[in-house]
Amino acid sequence: MRITVTVNGTEYTRDVEPRLLLIHFLRDELGLTGSHWGCDTSNCGACVVWLDKTPVKSCTALAVMADGREVRTVEGLEQAELDPVQQGFMNCHGLQCGFCTPGMMMTARWLLDRNPDPSEQEIREAISGQICRCTGYENIVRSVRWAAENSNIGAAEASEATEVTA
Amino acid sequence: MTAIEEQPAPVGYGRMHRKEDPRFVRGHGQYVDDVRLPGMLYGAVLRSPFAHARIVSIDTSAAEAHPKVKAVITGATLETLNLAWMPTISYDTQAVLATDKVRFQGQEVAFVVAEDRYSARDALELIDVTYEELPAVVDARKALDEDAPVIRDDKEGKQDNHIFDWETGDKDKTDEIFASAEVVVKEDILYPRVHPAPLETCGAVADYDKITGKLTVWETTQAPHAHRTLYAMVAGLPEQKIRIISPDIGGGFGNKVGIYPGYVCAIVGSIVTGKPVKWMEDRSENLMSTSFARDYHMRGEIAATKDGKILAIRVNVLADHGAFNGTAQPTNYPAGFFGVFTGSYDIESAHAKVTGVYTNKAPGGVAYACSFRITEAVYLVERMVDVLAYELKADPAELRMRNLLRPDQFPYTSKTGWVYDSGDYAKTLRLAMDIAGYEELRKEQAAKRDGQSLMGIGVSFFTEAVGAGPRKHMDILGLGMADGAELRVHPTGKAVLRLSVQTQGQGHETTFAQIVAEELGIPPGDIEVVHGDTDQTPFGLGTYGSRSTPVSGAATAVVARKVRERARIVAAAMLEVSADDLEWEKGRWFVRGDPDQGRTITEIALAAHSTVELPEGVEGHLDATCVYNPPNLTYPYGAYICVVDVDPGTGKVSVRRFVAVDDCGVRINPMIVEGQIHGGLADGVGMALMEVIAFDDDGNCLGGSFMDYLLPTSLECPSWELGETVTPSPHHPIGAKGVGESATVGSPAAVVNAVLDALKPYGIRHADMPLTPAQVWRAVHNNPFRTDLAIQ
Amino acid sequence: MQVPSHVEYERPATVEEALRILASGNDEARPLAGGHSLIPMMKLRLARPELLVDINGLTELSYIRADGDELKIGALTRHAELLESPVVYEHYPIFRDAERVIADPIVRNWGTIGGSLCQADPSEDLSAAFAAVKATVVIRSSDGTRTVTARALHVGPYETVVRPGELLTEIRLPVRSRTGSAYEKVERRVGDWSIVAAGAVLTLDGDTIADAGIGLTAVGAPHFCAPEAEEYLAGKPATDEYFTRAATIAADNSNPVSDQRGPEDYKRHLVAELTTRALRTASRRARGEA
Repeated sequence: MRITVTVNGTEYTRDVEPRLLLIHFLRDELGLTGSHWGCDTSNCGACVVWLDKTPVKSCTALAVMADGREVRTVEGLEQAELDPVQQGFMNCHGLQCGFCTPGMMMTARWLLDRNPDPSEQEIREAISGQICRCTGYENIVRSVRWAAENSNIGAAEASEATEVTA
Repeated sequence: MTAIEEQPAPVGYGRMHRKEDPRFVRGHGQYVDDVRLPGMLYGAVLRSPFAHARIVSIDTSAAEAHPKVKAVITGATLETLNLAWMPTISYDTQAVLATDKVRFQGQEVAFVVAEDRYSARDALELIDVTYEELPAVVDARKALDEDAPVIRDDKEGKQDNHIFDWETGDKDKTDEIFASAEVVVKEDILYPRVHPAPLETCGAVADYDKITGKLTVWETTQAPHAHRTLYAMVAGLPEQKIRIISPDIGGGFGNKVGIYPGYVCAIVGSIVTGKPVKWMEDRSENLMSTSFARDYHMRGEIAATKDGKILAIRVNVLADHGAFNGTAQPTNYPAGFFGVFTGSYDIESAHAKVTGVYTNKAPGGVAYACSFRITEAVYLVERMVDVLAYELKADPAELRMRNLLRPDQFPYTSKTGWVYDSGDYAKTLRLAMDIAGYEELRKEQAAKRDGQSLMGIGVSFFTEAVGAGPRKHMDILGLGMADGAELRVHPTGKAVLRLSVQTQGQGHETTFAQIVAEELGIPPGDIEVVHGDTDQTPFGLGTYGSRSTPVSGAATAVVARKVRERARIVAAAMLEVSADDLEWEKGRWFVRGDPDQGRTITEIALAAHSTVELPEGVEGHLDATCVYNPPNLTYPYGAYICVVDVDPGTGKVSVRRFVAVDDCGVRINPMIVEGQIHGGLADGVGMALMEVIAFDDDGNCLGGSFMDYLLPTSLECPSWELGETVTPSPHHPIGAKGVGESATVGSPAAVVNAVLDALKPYGIRHADMPLTPAQVWRAVHNNPFRTDLAIQ
Repeated sequence: MQVPSHVEYERPATVEEALRILASGNDEARPLAGGHSLIPMMKLRLARPELLVDINGLTELSYIRADGDELKIGALTRHAELLESPVVYEHYPIFRDAERVIADPIVRNWGTIGGSLCQADPSEDLSAAFAAVKATVVIRSSDGTRTVTARALHVGPYETVVRPGELLTEIRLPVRSRTGSAYEKVERRVGDWSIVAAGAVLTLDGDTIADAGIGLTAVGAPHFCAPEAEEYLAGKPATDEYFTRAATIAADNSNPVSDQRGPEDYKRHLVAELTTRALRTASRRARGEA
């Protein structure tokens, strides 16, 4: 089946089987390997991307469902410069192996768009459907708080102005 | 590039952002499943639905006829290549693809290679296997029964499911002490089967080039060199023609140490098809067939005085190794380093006996940050100390204080022969108690015994032994556990460090650069750390058992010092003085008494490559290599305090607080150390409260997905409260001990002790992990259940 | 990797078109809404529909509105929308209680109310919540619509009265005064299915119970409810003594089964414990106290 999906602002038209999962479409068909997969039961959230501006576990969506719609992945977070969420994760040691990180950042970006000043509890709830095996979540929460507090200054300024806050 | 590249970083130890992060936050990490090669094919494994069954027949014709299938490999195919069975790290054998029988649910039976992963998956359904089911051995406690089915009848003459017996300590002296002790407590303690479950599953891309004879394998491996050597030895491929690349790894935790049948099949698939073959397991394969952890049935006993002085510890362990003995630990240690079950206490004697048995379950046992069974040892002793506290009605923290080893006793040889390098234990426990506000917490608890909600405070003090290890004593399949490092300083003063260890998130690209920076004064941003590619790095045994800092960290410091000494000679030649007249301050050699007369490391680097005349016998350039053979293990330790609230009506446990004070000696990058600890503490919450792989009577695995094998989320974890003490290791070149597994080792007991502390009013002194709501409620009613079997 | 077997896909532009396609596909065509029940089953190859009919674009099925003495919820309403709806919370806080502990925030963005109800998983929290509220559902086909009670919708594990060619389109909640509701769930970990959960709806007449609705999750309660306990409560004083007795009746009449979430005795205890707690909270809310 022929589908057209806009990913990170670029339109892609491809022939796919209806059963092709969205995560495989992004990774294998389009070569956007920044989003990952880690389970079979929609539990781990390594695959979280945005579909029409809402985070979705892309292992639980079919590529054909994204036909005519917009997808945003981690590769689309950085615009002219790094997103404050990306900067926050680097400043606060919010990642170790990096495997859950793209999904965590996509959810964080969505959270901050709706709730620019979330409490620690709100951050923990927002990411409660995603697993991290490395960080014990502590620095992920701090990274998102950093992004919330530093969203108005540019990334370059942010990285120079801030010492390691982890 | 953004300004992150220009931010100031310490030249040496200290908190600094990680050099590897820029690629990860952009989604440009390269993990094995990201590897795409021209013409690449995809493999999938057909697995046994039964725990124990004879294979009557395998019909692959329909799968082979699938238009997108390129090859179907079975045990019969591999037999012709002498590869149907492979050696394990424990000198046993493991089936690559089953030939006669299947011996655990999920065991590999056939391998399909197809054009894409969906077709490979479809083709699995076209393979027709006829099985004849056999009774399964599921309960480890029955594995040695007279009438137990024999699992390893592939071994000639094998009549039972026994693997080994192993003892440590002084049995006679220990028994004597027990016979006359005022107080003896005994408890059966299970550390159930759990799984490291890194977020990235295991997999490989094998690419065999027929023309050059070179085999390149991208693998999720924590030990690329060991794999290369083993493939050479087992598959008869010339070792110089094998290249193992461990790219970015999405978590290891001991899951990615051994060689899995899927890797071997991918290699065979590539040889057979002439194309690269990718095999990535799915999550259920990971949970059901790759290296599990623990599964130790322990009977612990403590002999003490009625004042609470611990005299002796005695343990009997039944170790469930699954269907093949695939535990990954040094050769002479079939029970790993369980010998540290004597804990952090000053005792008179100890003895342990461990019996390993086969069951119809996946192979493994040593994994999940266990530090080679130290998780089991620490859990045992820390639970037992709380059992003793329960009987004596003593405060658990106070009881520990009374028995902890004292600083003047170090280096301390334990009653099972382990030489603890350094420690000031009481100070660490006291700090943890201060941070927690221990006395206030006990007051709150006393006031709160109203039956509506209960509060528990759990203490755990652990010592672990890491950094394996001295090659005289420690090898894996005959390969000594020494690791190499190579440092090269380029003419422009930038450096490349090549390591044998392999990061899976621990931040080696940053911390090892910081070690070189500390020794040489080259900024970490100017030091490239190369690891993971066996063609580009020196030999070593890899990263697990928290050995990277103790072994490779030491190798790095040593090699950097060698370079510094060479630099001294070059500087002396440049300054036309004697090398003995020079002194070092970070980044430069200068003339003693005349500090303006000096040369920076950058100047020296250029000179070393130029025409400066060097003394007789001194070679040019600024390089050094080193193979570090650690003189001993290192002994990080810590004191953990956990506070829980328990709802007795539902059994739900909420972890309110967790205080962790770690002493891992010198901290190269405190930010990274803390991150390691955070992660391990979450493991403790997980294992204590929700993680388990249980089996039903037929051997069906009940923990084969993330719906069944539950991992802690951000909502189960509190905000971790960390403290530190620093007691350097006297024998380590930079005094560092390693910390990767500390928190996973020490935390489960803290959580379990806290829950049982909350339940004290109900008169229960032990219940096995995981303390799910059901188990807690049952404990409240003094009827906890076995967690390794299906709940009845 | 667990991936689905071959399937065809259609994306109708209208509800009528969807119903036509579903009718012609017979039992082999399945509606695809959020997909968070169906796609996981397809990946495990436990479900192998031949045709997926994607109804996500049928936004006319997504709404929450007050209509006289009823609250009407379109079947395509997402879990997240039900959770955040002020008007639903105002009348039936049981749904916020339940939705907060259903799956996780990302899954709730996509899973739909209709999808969850039609999946009819015995551990589905919403089924019990709608049963407690005594909701009705609207089922539509090319031939017209019919309504059934939410209770009658569910006839067994994974079995509803929705026939091939039909779509569940709307759920209707009766709006009553002096009514309070609550949901209590115990799970092994955030996002897990219930070990046991109980929902309670109480309508009071003074201090007496005029009507009681009790929904039970994951204990094999037929139609997800506890009619014996409900009957007991009718006309009784809304006090703890009666709540605990009703809860015991509910527990005695439930059918929990031992599994890895817990043994049968524990689950039966939970029925009583959680029903009591839900009744207490529902009662306080009915009086405007909580």
